Parts: sequence; structure tokens; C-alpha cells
Amino acid sequence: MHHNRNTRTPRMHAHSIQRRLLLQAGSALSLLGMSPYAASKVPSRAQVVVIGGGYGGATAAKYVRWLSHQKISVVLIEPDPSFISCPLSNLVIGGSGNMGQITSSYASLSRHHGVTMVRDYAQAVDTERKVVRLLSGSRIAYDKLVVAPGVEMRLGSLEGYASAHARGQLVHAWKAGAETVLLRQQLLAMPDGGVFAITIPLAPYRCPPGPYERACQVAWYLQRHKPKSKVLVLDANADVTSKGALFKEVWANPYKGLVEYRPNHRAVGVDVKNGLIQFEVQEDVKANVINALPEMRAGKVAVDMGLADQADGHWCGVHYQTFESTAARDVFVIGDAIQIAPLMPKSGHMANAQAKVAAAAIVAQLSGIAPNPHPMLTNTCYSFVDDQRAIHVASVHAYVNAEQTFKTVHGSGGLSSEPSLREGIYAHSWATNMWADVLR
Amino acid sequence: MTKTSLSWTWTLALTMGLGLGLTATSAQAQTSQVDKAQALYVTALAATCAGCHGTQGEAVKGSSIPSLFGRPKDDLIQQLHDFQSGARPSTVMGQLAKGLSDAQIEQIATYFAAQR
Repeated sequence: MHHNRNTRTPRMHAHSIQRRLLLQAGSALSLLGMSPYAASKVPSRAQVVVIGGGYGGATAAKYVRWLSHQKISVVLIEPDPSFISCPLSNLVIGGSGNMGQITSSYASLSRHHGVTMVRDYAQAVDTERKVVRLLSGSRIAYDKLVVAPGVEMRLGSLEGYASAHARGQLVHAWKAGAETVLLRQQLLAMPDGGVFAITIPLAPYRCPPGPYERACQVAWYLQRHKPKSKVLVLDANADVTSKGALFKEVWANPYKGLVEYRPNHRAVGVDVKNGLIQFEVQEDVKANVINALPEMRAGKVAVDMGLADQADGHWCGVHYQTFESTAARDVFVIGDAIQIAPLMPKSGHMANAQAKVAAAAIVAQLSGIAPNPHPMLTNTCYSFVDDQRAIHVASVHAYVNAEQTFKTVHGSGGLSSEPSLREGIYAHSWATNMWADVLR
Repeated sequence: MTKTSLSWTWTLALTMGLGLGLTATSAQAQTSQVDKAQALYVTALAATCAGCHGTQGEAVKGSSIPSLFGRPKDDLIQQLHDFQSGARPSTVMGQLAKGLSDAQIEQIATYFAAQR
């Protein structure tokens, strides 16, 4: 789970959608009651402050505590009451998973690791005075700051999206939570013979294989319940951006006739009233359910802080050896918000790996030790093609000092040869162990 | 070590050494910082395994991905080399093992074997 720090208004709206959904969906009712952690008193300072409790931020908070043998004080600022995972959330949309399975408590971070949890929004940061200001008005001073805000969904990249989203008619469900449930309900409400359209922005965006996995999960549902229907994948990119051959094989065989893939389709507008998607080049496309993934950039707080100094203000530059910002001293940016090194995906696993490099660098700096000259990252990303079978892509990234960037290690990494039940089992164990590594 | 931290350490060491007349202390302080650094780097390297195998290599109970916590060093080294060569077939692990040098495999195996 990463955090889309929009302005107050859409965030409030997301919460009101959530309340409504929880009233409607009995199965989801247990969720909010599951892990409320007592809001601690907000301390006025900490050696390390972390903004955002997703895969990256929560890992960084835990590992700074653990690697420093609990000597360095850590505050984690996160508005949500529990951790909801984007990985596996497509199974909730398809119906083979549920929200409870992808929801975890933050309680262990404070109980076992001594992280001070502050349930609030980081509103602004003064990088000169080294102070974070919260929405509640409190201020927390830091020696080192970790910024892990995930991505901001740029609803404005599609005309008509923002207003339809505010009314709850369109959702991206690209941050797991209330919108995941809402998209599931839209799929359930779709008539047989209907079209479920997914639009994909130009890379880089969060979770490269995610949209294609979602197409598989929707197709899996349609095959069982609405076989006259279709999933339409409208991709701004020239080809499937991840695991392409594997996804295409699944679409051509078990899902033959259910999934249609169209490359080079850049969506620029949505007309909810008439169920139309507008494109830069092609004719309008009609759909019953429009699941538009907007263009993305670094989370709002990072942009507001001036950290998004790359790619025309979209992503945050970092010194890859430590993940310290290229725009501000003593500020570290990790996860989906950063300008990626070559072949580095914007994934939860990658955010977890980056968080450990940053945490080790912070512990080193605060202990008078030089940062690791040879940091390493690994990434393993599973996608489910149905309720049980999965495929993966894996990579190993080593920091290359001469080029000051991460590069994949020659001869390492790769893909599945085919979807398998075995990899489906591994994927669930990956999630369980990963969530424990992030949170417990 | 970078020049900055070296000079910082030396300044500290010299100040302590001259002030107290204990030259041995400066050498010990240096060694201890170097040891601390090495331990931190190896822990961070082994932590690249933790995403799938659990923190400190301790997988959650019932996991189909095995624990590495406390496993014998020689066994871990052998397994990683077998994953690299394909002698032990795998889905993911061979692809990841090929990203590790012999020296890194040695460090990772030593680290997990020492976890108690």
C-alpha cells in the first residue's frame, strides 16, 4: 500500500466512500475494527521521521530501529488505521480474495520495534529547519527524514475523470482500500455481455504488470459468471510492459474471446454519462465499467517539498547509494515516488528493498560510519492469472559506483516459463513473509 | 570509509589519545568502527533475502518458502551454488542466486548460520 496524498477534499471523500461501502458490504465490516492502534501523543522531535506507512515507509521505520539496536528514535506518520496491500488486491476485484486477507495491523511496529506511530497527514516539510508539519498542526523535528508517499493519481490527465471520481462513479483502485471494494461492486453489477475497460498510462507507473493481472482476474470472474462479456485492455504503451508473452498466452488460451488487448491507446478523457472513453488518436470506446488508471507522479508531499526534480517534475531524484534526495539534505526518498534506475520497477517489493538500503545508510550516518559502498536490491513480483496459478518476474540490482546507479547483475533475473499452481502457492507465502518483514 | 568520516574518526581518536595519553584507545576505536560498519553491510546484504524468506531469514509458520534462520553455513552455500548451476531446479531462486558473487554467498551463509 502506498499513499496518494491528495488534497483534503478527495481524501475526505475517499473516507465517506469507505463508510458507505462498509455499511453495504458486510464482509468488509470487520476491517476497520480489526486494527485500530491508539494514537500516541505526537512527539516534538525524533532522530528519524518517516512519512508514509506503505511497503517502503513501514519497512524503513522498522529497519532503522532494528539495525540501530533500538538506539535511534523513529516516528512513522501514516493516516490510515491499517496496512492494505496493493499486491493481491486484484484477487479481491476478481472475487477469489477478500479485503481481510490483504489487511494487516500496524500494532507490531510500535509494540515490537518501538516505532512511534502518529496517525496524521504530513502536510508540509521545512527542509531548512528540518521540521515536518502535520495536518493537525503539530510539528515534529528530525535529524533524518524518509519520504515514502507513493504516487499521486493525476486525475486531471483524463478530462472528466476528477468530477466522476469525486461522485464515486469512477475509481482507479490503484491504491488498495475502499476503491478496491467499489470496483468489485461495479464488476458484480455489470450485465452479461458488458465491457469492462482498463486504461493504462504510459510507463513509468506504479506496478507495471498490475493492469494485466487485473485483466486476468476480471476475465476469470467473467468466464464463470458472465461469459458473454469482455475485458478491454487499452494501453498507452506500445506493448504489454511486463511479463508480456506470459500474459498474452493466457489471454489467447484460457481466456480466449474474453480479453482484448489494444496497444498505443492513450486515453485522454472519460464521459461517464455515455460510458465513453476518449483517446488521443483513436475513436471513442464504449464500456459498461471504466477502470481508468490515470497518469501518476510522486506523492503530493514530495512534490510540495520540491523533491520531484526529475522527469519534468514527476519523480524524485535520489543518490542511489543511499536514496538520499538530490534536492534536499538529510531527506531520503524511497518507493514509487523516485526516479527509477534502469530496469527498476515501481513495486512493493522494490520499495521494501530500497527501504533497507536507506535505513542502513541512515543508521551508518548517525553512527559515524560510511554508507555501504555496495548496496544490493532484489525484486520478485508475482501476478495471478486466475484464482490459483501465478507467474513471476525476478531481478537482482547492484549499485555500480563508477556510474552511481543500480544495474541488474548480468546473467541474473528472469521470468516464469509458464503459469503454475506451485508459483501461486509461493506467491501467497511471499505475501505473508513480506508483510511480516514490513510490519512485524 | 569516506574521507570525511575517516578524518572525523581520526580527530576523535587523536583528541582522546593525546588528552588521555592512551594511544591504544584510538586503534581500538578505529577497529570497532570498522567492525560495526562490516556487520551493518552484511546485515543489509542478508536483508535482501528477507522480503521472501522473512526478517533475519525467519519465515512465517506454514510458509512454503523456507526459513534460513540458523541453517548450517555449508548447507546454505551448497544450496545457493546448486541454484546457480541449476543442479537444484527452481522457479525464482536460481534467477536470484545468479545475482550473487561467491563472496556474497559466503557472507550471507555465515550471517544466517549465526542467527539464534
